[in-house]
Formats: sequence, structure tokens, C-alpha cells
Amino acid sequence: MKHLTNLKLKVWRQDGPDATGNFETHIVESVSDEASFLEMLDQLNERLIGENKDAVVFDHDCREGICGTCSLMINGRAHGPQRATTTCQLHMRTFSSGDEIIIEPWRSAAFPIIKDLMVDRSSFDRIVESGGFITAPTGGAPDANLIPVPKPVADAAMDSAACIGCGACVAACPNGAANLFTGAKIAHLNVLPQGQAERYKRAEAMVNSMDDQFGSCTNHGECSAACPKEISLDVIALMNSDFRKSKSKNRKALSRG
Amino acid sequence: MGALLNAKIPNGVLHEKWDNYKADAKLVNPNNKRKFKVIVVGTGLAGASAAATLAELGYQVDAFTFHDSPRRAHSIAAQGGINAAKNYQGDGDSINRLFIDTIKGGDFRSREGNVHRLAQVSVDIIDQMVAQGVPFAREYGGMLDNRSFGGAQVSRTFYARGQTGQQLLLGAYQQLSRQIGLGGVRLFNRTELVDVVVVDGRCSGIVVRDLLTGEITSHAAHAVVMATGGYGNVFYLSTNAMNCNVTAAWRAHRRGAMFANPCYTQIHPTCIPQSDESQSKLTLMSESLRNDGRIWVPKKADDARPADQIPENERDYYLERLYPSYGNLAPRDISSRAAKRLVDKGHGVGPLKNGVNLDFSAAIERLGRDVVQERYGNLFQMYERIAGEDPYSTPMRIYPATHYTMGGLWVDYELATTIPGLYAAGEANFSDHGANRLGASALMQGLADGYFVLPYTISNELAPMLNKAIPSTDHPAFVQAESEARDRFNSYLNIKGTRSPDWFHRELGKIIWDYCGMERTQQGLEKALSELPALYSEFKKDLRVTGTDESVNQTLEKAGRVDDFFQLGMLMCRDALDREESCGAHFRSEHQTGEGEALRDDKNFCHVSAYNWTGDPMAAELNKETLDFETAHLATRSYK
Repeated sequence: MKHLTNLKLKVWRQDGPDATGNFETHIVESVSDEASFLEMLDQLNERLIGENKDAVVFDHDCREGICGTCSLMINGRAHGPQRATTTCQLHMRTFSSGDEIIIEPWRSAAFPIIKDLMVDRSSFDRIVESGGFITAPTGGAPDANLIPVPKPVADAAMDSAACIGCGACVAACPNGAANLFTGAKIAHLNVLPQGQAERYKRAEAMVNSMDDQFGSCTNHGECSAACPKEISLDVIALMNSDFRKSKSKNRKALSRG
Repeated sequence: MGALLNAKIPNGVLHEKWDNYKADAKLVNPNNKRKFKVIVVGTGLAGASAAATLAELGYQVDAFTFHDSPRRAHSIAAQGGINAAKNYQGDGDSINRLFIDTIKGGDFRSREGNVHRLAQVSVDIIDQMVAQGVPFAREYGGMLDNRSFGGAQVSRTFYARGQTGQQLLLGAYQQLSRQIGLGGVRLFNRTELVDVVVVDGRCSGIVVRDLLTGEITSHAAHAVVMATGGYGNVFYLSTNAMNCNVTAAWRAHRRGAMFANPCYTQIHPTCIPQSDESQSKLTLMSESLRNDGRIWVPKKADDARPADQIPENERDYYLERLYPSYGNLAPRDISSRAAKRLVDKGHGVGPLKNGVNLDFSAAIERLGRDVVQERYGNLFQMYERIAGEDPYSTPMRIYPATHYTMGGLWVDYELATTIPGLYAAGEANFSDHGANRLGASALMQGLADGYFVLPYTISNELAPMLNKAIPSTDHPAFVQAESEARDRFNSYLNIKGTRSPDWFHRELGKIIWDYCGMERTQQGLEKALSELPALYSEFKKDLRVTGTDESVNQTLEKAGRVDDFFQLGMLMCRDALDREESCGAHFRSEHQTGEGEALRDDKNFCHVSAYNWTGDPMAAELNKETLDFETAHLATRSYK
């Protein structure tokens, strides 16, 4: 176990949604290279409490890279420098002694800042509520093996369903678009046989909800590059294709849910 | 000595009990359901499935979560799979076999009626989740694939890569989201329960705190469901998410709900060992890895050679040696203790000698790297991120860690707590896993409770209440609970001591892990019970919470949770001291066989211990529920 020394943190502090924010500088004199990035922030907060100051507010929970609660722009990159890694899985061994580390909240108008590094991502929930489901009330489901699902189809659905809803795609996008997130949810359900009944209606409703809340996609691809689960841009193509088809006569009616 | 508890198990032979119950249960007419308000606290598998299903039926549902979104609940981190007695593999599985395996896995400390119902509805869960679009693993012909888990000799575990919990939770979350969109469920996110309100002996609602504004408000309902997870974070270091806490269950306990078997805490055998002092949590590596990984330590103690330089004949594949018929798939409690014994004797591996090897080289040779990657790729990647080593070329290092808590709020067959109108589901209740839970059974129980049990039992409870008024939130009991909650949070801010809530949590965790962890002794538990009250009074005198109660204050949230963990910790140690036997995950060193296996005392301890709050956690009142085994035969567990 080695230690990193003399890290210079510039942390965004903001008291509330309407307050003016600013960067606060803190020197971390020593931290183990085995510590995770969030454990490094925990230690900073312990110190701040010791100095009778308010701890830095940031969202986090599972610290295993699966719940999607953690966020942070680290040196301008969503979830920091390591590919396919959430902030909670980023370890200090990725950094070097003497580094300056700039820590900001997700940057997007659709994710308003709540306090310090914590943002409101409930706009994602609104998109799912608009159609990101299969209507199958409890109790009436047929036997699970009744409808065979080809393995490549199940795998493709799983690739999209791996999305953790963290919002890195939106934070990384120069337009603040949510096409990767929305596309992932649509692709997960729209490729499965169980999802066919509502396929086009789903695509239309979710895209409309997305457009109401987020910016427009111009195919930069920053979203996929920032995605900790490496969701492919293909999901956006599938979403666009299903959305377009939903506009042709009878198509949406055929999938009335 | 308190009361003898009655679980209200329905009449009839075991496999007809649930059908008999449903046939007799009272129903609420579809048009009348909207007259009832049900509160669901927690939106993990149990909470989301219950809230969605109750709303589909027509009840007005208010769902509460402290997360920003229901999709974050810690069910999401379950990796390996979900059990169901589908017998799709034709390998001899049946509802009865799943029932027996669960009873035996729980070391004969669970209730037959509940466990059999769980096995029965397990098959419906898989159907329901496939209909929701859960992309379970499939064979090339399109049929569902299965794998094996600890404590079973059949393949009955359904899985979605190493992310089964995530996919099931997303399924339940989608179903819940549909209801939120339709207006059937009102969601209160970033809102934490701070008290339960009881009026005339009946649960009338809850008091919550808005985590963004600090505002305390009341919510009244005809029935309240606690689906608030387990209390593993009492150990500080555990595989639980950072925000998992016991507060909701504990506040219910303080208002009259009995707390059962708090000493049954599961230590999971395959977690990544601690690497340094500052570590905030431990990470699980799915038990499913034991399907293909082989566990070993060097035969020679203090052998510092790298794994690849230790020849085959100098390795001890101890689980295969000790438990030949189950091998690397021995149940969790047994595998954990075996690892601890060898590490304690100096056979540990890694820089801190605090792990055992989980080796995939044989599997990679047999199946090829691609197959291993397809089965476990995301787990290998997670390991590599945390440990900084590549498990394809170096064995994983693993060690047991606190993972799941079998104890929880006492519930009867209807999942009703001892406060009428208050229910507990999922990990928050104590009901189905006895003294040890089998792998892939937590997801099963959470969804069984939420989808297939509560909707029936709640209607049975509500039917007679039709058109009867319930207390509103201006009732004095609500007003008083709100004011107590405000005082409580103010008091944390006003101590102005010198130590943070995390500091106290770490110290609390050390005591619990040292004396109430994998191995317990009378002497150790007595020591814990003398140290805990002292540390707790230090907490009350020397806590420091900075900031205010008027905007997000995570330090203040933590203070409330640690306070409740202290009280629970005392009850846990007390329960572990009282239970003078070893059973499942509860291992008292004084009670073991010559070979170091758990030695039960069925004559004196074949019962559930359920505690009443008396105002002092050190002086809780013990009540018992006798466990009768009519179908399963009390026997010594053997996995040899």
C-alpha cells in the first residue's frame, strides 16, 4: 500500500438550487492509493467536521458501481478518467501525488443542483413513467418458458438493460441530451418478444417525455464514451427508428397498450 | 418473561395452507379499494412490487424512499440470482425440495408454513418477472437457463449475468413507475421515515423527514408496509450500501412492533478483503462464482509465495476436502467459518494475509476464457477495479463479510407485525430464512412478499374497515410524534461535541464485529454489553453534527441512523448471549461438535426470540414463538 501526497482539490460548493456557487480549495496531505475516490472525500468530510465546517454534500450509496447514485465531474469528465468506471469504483491509484483535481456536479439544466455536488435527476424517472415498462399486472403472467427468447435477443436486451441511470451520458453531452439513457430503456424492452405489444407507443411516449425535458442529440457520442456501462450508440438508432415508425399510420394503434 | 406468540398458521396439511388461507380471506370490492390508503416505506424489491401490485388492484398507495429514485434501492446490488422451484432442468427439483432445502439451510429455525408458501409462489415470480421484460439468461433454444447455488443439489437459480438484483429491481421499478404515471402511486423520494404513529393500538400512519428541506410531516393511512431492508450496517463494514439503515424498523419496534432474532446475521463467504483502515464498505463477489471457482489456501502457514508458484500438492482445497458432496457450494455460514479458521491459523493470502484464494484457472482451462467471461465478466471487472488485480490470471482473494440479516420485525403468517395495521416485507421481516439464508433466496422472498402475499393479507385486514374513519394527521398522536422527531434532530445538532457520526459508527462496528460477528462467546458478548452503553452515552455527549436542519445535511441523517444502530446493537448482543446454542449463522464457540460444526439445542431453543421495547434496549422483554416441525424432520445439518 502506497500513499499519495499533496493533492489539491477544487470542490464546487453551492448552498442551494438558487444560491451562487464557488470552488473551494482543499489540500489532501496524504491518502492511501487503495482508497476509493469517495473514501478520499469521506476523509475530507471528517476533517471538515473536525474543523466545525459543513461536510461536502454528494450522492452515493452502493459503492459497487451498480446503483447509479454517485456522479461527479472529475477534471471535466463524468465519473473521472477511468473508462467504464463509476466514481465510486474509481480508486486513488489512478491519480498521482501533487495532482490538482477539480470536482463538480453533473452539468445539465435538466439536472438542477440541489446542494454542492448533489443534483436532481428525477427527470429520468419521468421518462420511465411515461412508457418505460411492459403492461403486465401482477397475477396474469403465462409460464416463463412459454415464449422462447433467442439467446442473442436476451443478450441484446441485457446489454441495454445494464444502464444504471446515473446521468453521466447527459452530463457529458454538449447539448444535455438524454438519448443514450432513453434509447437504452427503449432498446431493452423493444427487442424482447414481451415488449412488442407496446413497442411503438412506448417509443413515442418516451421520446416525447425526453424532448420535453432534455436537449437534442447531435451525434457527438460523448454519452457512450462516458457511460460506465459502455452502452452502445446503437440504442439511439433503434430508438429513432421505432419513433419514426410510430408516426406512420396505424403503427401506434397496432401497439396500443 | 413475555407472551407466547401465535403466528396464525392456517389449518390443513402443509401444501394446502396457503390455498386455504386465500379461500377464506376477506376481499375488498374493486370499487371500494380506492377508499383505502396504503403506505409503503421502501422501494426495493419488496416495496416496489407491493406498491405496484396494490395500486394495480385499486388501492391508493403512497410510496416513500430516502433515495432520489426507487431504482437505487440496495436490492439492485444482488448479483447471483433468484431461486424458483420450476424444475426446468428436470433435475429432481420440486416445491417440496425447495421447501426442505430452505428449512435445512436455515438450520431448523424458520417457520414451516411461511417457508412452504415461499417455495410455492417462487414459480409465479419467474413468470411475472419475465412478463415485465427481465432479460434472464437463456439457452440457445430460447429457454431459461439455470445455475446452482450453495445449499442445493439442483440447478434452480435464474440469473441475468451477475446483475440479477439489478434486473429484477428494474422490472419492479418499471411496474411501479407505470403506476406513478397513472396516478395510482404517489412517490415521495428523498424522504426518510422518522417515526410510526399508533392510535388506540393500531398503526395509523408515519412521520417522515424531507431530506432536502429538513421538514417533518405526517401521513395517515389504513395500513403501512415496512419494506426497509436489513440492519447489516450495524457492523459499519458490510456489503450493504452506505445508506442502508435500521431506522424505520427500529422506530416501529419502539412503538410496539416486536423485533425477532436480531442475532441472526449472515456473514457472506466471498467478499473482497479489507485493504486499509479508511475503507468505507466491503464488496461482495457473488456466490455464483463458486460454481466454477475453486477455493484454496496454501497448506503451509505463512506461505508468502504468489499463487502460481504454489504447486498443486501444496494447496488445500478445504471445502472440497471437508464437504465432498457440496464442495465449493457448501452453505454460506459453513464456508465462512471454514475460511475464518484457516486464516486465523495463518493460512491467509494477500498482503494482509486476510483472504483465501478463489481460483478460476481450472474453469478457464476447462471452459475457455470466453465462457468464463460471459458468465462472470462484470464481476471480474468489478474485482479488478477494486483490488487492482486481474482475476483471469491471479486467483481472487476473498474473505467473509456481513451481508444479510435474517432477523427483523416479527411477523405472523400474514406478514403483520405485532402492531395491527403495520406489515413488514422482504429483509425487514424475520420470517423465512431461519438462522441462515441460502444464496439466491433474498430476491425470491422480497418479491414473494410484495407480489404474492401482501396483496391478499392486506385485503383481509382492510375489508372490515370499509367506510370507517381513520385518525387524521392532526390527531394529537401525530402532532406529538412530529414534535418528538423535531426535538430528536435538534438534539443531535445541539450536542456540539467533538466526534463525527462516522467516528461513532466505526467504533460501534468494531465492537459488534469483534464480539457478535462470525464467532461469539459468552465472555465476548458480556464485554460488548458493557462497552456498548458506555460508547452510546459518549455518543450522546460528544457527537458533533455541523450544518443546519434546513437543507440537505448528510451528517445529520447519519447521526439519526447511528443512534438507532446503537440501540439495535445492544439488543443483538443480548439476543446472541441468550441463545445458548449454535445454529446457522449464529455460532457460539461453547456449542460446537468435535469437528467444529454448529451444535443446536432443540430442546431449549427451538423457538423464535421476539423482543418488546421497554424504553431501555438493554432490558428488552423476551417473547417466544415455538417452532413446530410437522413435515421437515429436525436433523443435524450435514453437507458432507
